[in-house]
Amino acid sequence: MHVPDGFLDAPTSVATGAVAAAAVAVSLRGARRELDDRTAPMAGLVATFVFAAQMINFPVGAGTSGHLMGGALAAVLVGPWTAVLCLSVVLLVQALLMADGGITALGTNITLIGIVTVAVGWAVFVVLRRVLPKRLDLVAPAAAVGALASVPVAALVFTGLFAIGGNAPVDLGAVVTAMLGWHTVIGMGEAVITGLVVASVVAARPDLVHGARPLVAERELVTRKVVPQ
Amino acid sequence: MSARRFFAVALVVSLLVAGVASYYASSRPDGLEHVAEQTGFIDSAEESATADSPLADYETSGVDDPRISGGLAGVIGVVVMLVLSTGLFWLVRRREPADGTR
Repeated sequence: MHVPDGFLDAPTSVATGAVAAAAVAVSLRGARRELDDRTAPMAGLVATFVFAAQMINFPVGAGTSGHLMGGALAAVLVGPWTAVLCLSVVLLVQALLMADGGITALGTNITLIGIVTVAVGWAVFVVLRRVLPKRLDLVAPAAAVGALASVPVAALVFTGLFAIGGNAPVDLGAVVTAMLGWHTVIGMGEAVITGLVVASVVAARPDLVHGARPLVAERELVTRKVVPQ
Repeated sequence: MSARRFFAVALVVSLLVAGVASYYASSRPDGLEHVAEQTGFIDSAEESATADSPLADYETSGVDDPRISGGLAGVIGVVVMLVLSTGLFWLVRRREPADGTR
């Protein structure tokens, strides 16, 4: 749902720009707690993978398509603060290099795709992790449910922004119905991709999955010593 | 799987997705564009200031073959992403171990 320039008026774009800048500043502080020598390269690869995955539009119903947003995926893999930064870098590179998403709309896109999907995806995931049995194989399904919820919520927030600062006089009821309907279907694609990717990483390296840390910590740790030749 | 091997696999997957699989992506309008067309606000969209950039719309300017043009744009994007984001996270990271052994 990359918003192009022109959909929202200047005051709304300035406001979302301020929200995005504040969120990035807060996330830069928060991400320090999530990133170390081991997880920093992981976060770089998660951002890179989200960029690549966003190129894959999958067909949805008649005449439209969707692609992964990746907020829930990144939050579960590398933590929510780092995820906001991952998505912000993705959106910056897309806007500047690929003309995907407007320049004046960058704050709007960071707000929708970088903040809303991360916040919703992570919040749903954390609630599910608390209520579900403490098992590693439930990390991916919980992430998928978070992903499923994140997309229609982002669509709703866009509609709210459009109600405040939309540049075209159109029926808002029709916009909210269509946005919510299509993005619920797109959210199912988001859930499938998120679930599969998280399951793969959990299978290979559960210790690198931020959202699995409380579960991994309970397992026995193996310490290996590197002996210089 | 060692961390190095895991990161290598993740990078290769990203390169293949952006460089090869992207050719087979749906070219239908995305959800927001579709809704904008349906409900009548698509015409308020303006062309991006970067619309003339050499990689605009994930096509490499000057490369005619659509498979190579899109694949090259995807691969360049992946490399730029990897350098920018890993560099940022390497600067932001804390310098002591994550387990808080201090």
